[in-house]
Amino acid sequence: MRIAIASGKGGTGKTTLAVNLSLKLAETTSTVLLDLDVEEPNSGIFLSGDAITTHKALRRVPQWEQKACTICGKCPSYCRYNAIIRLGDHIMVLPELCHSCFACSELCPAQALPMQGLPLGTIRLFKSGTLDFVECRLDIGLEQASPLISQGLSYIDQHFARHQYQILDNPPGTSCAMISAAKTADYAILITEPTPFGLYDLSLAVETMRHIGIAFGVVVNRWGIGNNDILEYLKREEIPLLAKIPHSRAIAASYSKGEILYQSFPEFDDALKLIISHLEARCQKK
Amino acid sequence: MPKEIVCISGKGGTGKSSVVSALAWIARENLVVADCDVDAADLHLIFAPEHLKAEDFYSGVKAVIDPGLCTGCGLCADKCRYQAIFSENNRFKVQTLDCEGCGYCYHICHAKAISLPEQLVGECYTSTTRYGCSLVHARLGIGADNSGKLVAKVKNEAKALALEEARDYILVDGSPGIGCPVVSSLSGANVALMVTEPSLTAHSDLQRLWKLIQKFQIPAACVINKADINPQISSSIKEWLRQEGIRHLADLDYDMDFQIAITNGKSVTEINHTKWQPVFDQIWEGLKEIQ
Repeated sequence: MRIAIASGKGGTGKTTLAVNLSLKLAETTSTVLLDLDVEEPNSGIFLSGDAITTHKALRRVPQWEQKACTICGKCPSYCRYNAIIRLGDHIMVLPELCHSCFACSELCPAQALPMQGLPLGTIRLFKSGTLDFVECRLDIGLEQASPLISQGLSYIDQHFARHQYQILDNPPGTSCAMISAAKTADYAILITEPTPFGLYDLSLAVETMRHIGIAFGVVVNRWGIGNNDILEYLKREEIPLLAKIPHSRAIAASYSKGEILYQSFPEFDDALKLIISHLEARCQKK
Repeated sequence: MPKEIVCISGKGGTGKSSVVSALAWIARENLVVADCDVDAADLHLIFAPEHLKAEDFYSGVKAVIDPGLCTGCGLCADKCRYQAIFSENNRFKVQTLDCEGCGYCYHICHAKAISLPEQLVGECYTSTTRYGCSLVHARLGIGADNSGKLVAKVKNEAKALALEEARDYILVDGSPGIGCPVVSSLSGANVALMVTEPSLTAHSDLQRLWKLIQKFQIPAACVINKADINPQISSSIKEWLRQEGIRHLADLDYDMDFQIAITNGKSVTEINHTKWQPVFDQIWEGLKEIQ
């Protein structure tokens, strides 16, 4: 079962939940955690263990071969991203704008734009106790997260297809990166906080999940701050509330040091138990 | 030209919008605010904006296959690198969410069955606010992949407005992360204001963000929110800021005022004037000094 941990708003506890849930699941069941928050991957900060393998992820970008080129001038018209510019009898490729669609390369009559690999990021595999952990880290300065997210998902398809649980730590937001990460999941857990910002951004994440057709439930973190509006919202929208994690300064301090929470904070462990029983019930239905 | 200050954090939830709304209250007579966190914009919850102008934002295309013209050859599906085209009853269809709008299929379809309509991906608003300053904000459609372009649009509108209203500053609330919308919000900015918190995760994200900011050669300043939750990590962040030549403007206490303010749709400078005005005055003065 593939479960995406997502949110509209950043900093609501996605990584905290993903890491603690994965570790607890891994105590009894085969589990892999995949960090897809590729711009700022943080799950690894909470996990022990060194990288077992490191894979350099590449993105495919055309490279101009002057010798082969007949300067027919077609390639710029194939590229909708303005990544190919003709300057007199020179063709310039702007890799940062390229979306790796291959159109220019495969449609070039002179085959003068072969695709080459450029660095995209790294995919690293760790073993943390019984948990398998895969981290995807985008190279700084690159703007497109989705290609690396797709490669991360392919990686766990190849290596961990038989694991009982695949937990995805998603990027925040509702744009293309969040959807790339969530769209192959069987179920999503949306985590938020009970403030107007948290509620508004949750409503965007809910819209997103409904749009892509993924079943989901909600975890409310920092319960005790803000107000109760979120409970009314969930009831009105008929969205299952999986658990509430109480607000606590001690939890925030422990988080800041990169500590695992469920072994030290019974209230956090109770929330995880509720979530896991919900997931198990869904698994059985499947 | 108005000075553009961009508030970013790397990690989400460190308090960017809280800091922006408190600063906007301080400088409300001399700025325009731009909410560039376009896929989860929240400032409107504080500013209670009244739209003066709402503009549709079109960007990019998506492929559409005319079932009447499609011969079912399947070449488009073979060539699509995003696996966005699938077959249904011998005819081919586009899974819009997966389509990147590259137009490869359009070029190769023998039956000319594919069109590339432009996409309405969001809306951009110019508003007056209860603070008196103008707010430019936007709403990006679900799953839209042109957030960088919408950020650029919001910033351009804010710039035009600042010139028109003779305001000296544009304060930009940015997105989390270091990808496309953040890159776009840094482009053309004069100062980056980084809001962080003393956790290992936030510090790690801050370092990645700083590497990105350096590519733009923009001076940066930093506010440490919830500084007292882990004094040890706060000190090591401050030491790191010194080494990198980033100006540390203030520490903010871990204080329930921030949650209370948000819950009431206000900034901390409004709800606890005595405590927070001096703090944010100091931050604002610091930002003004940075060249």
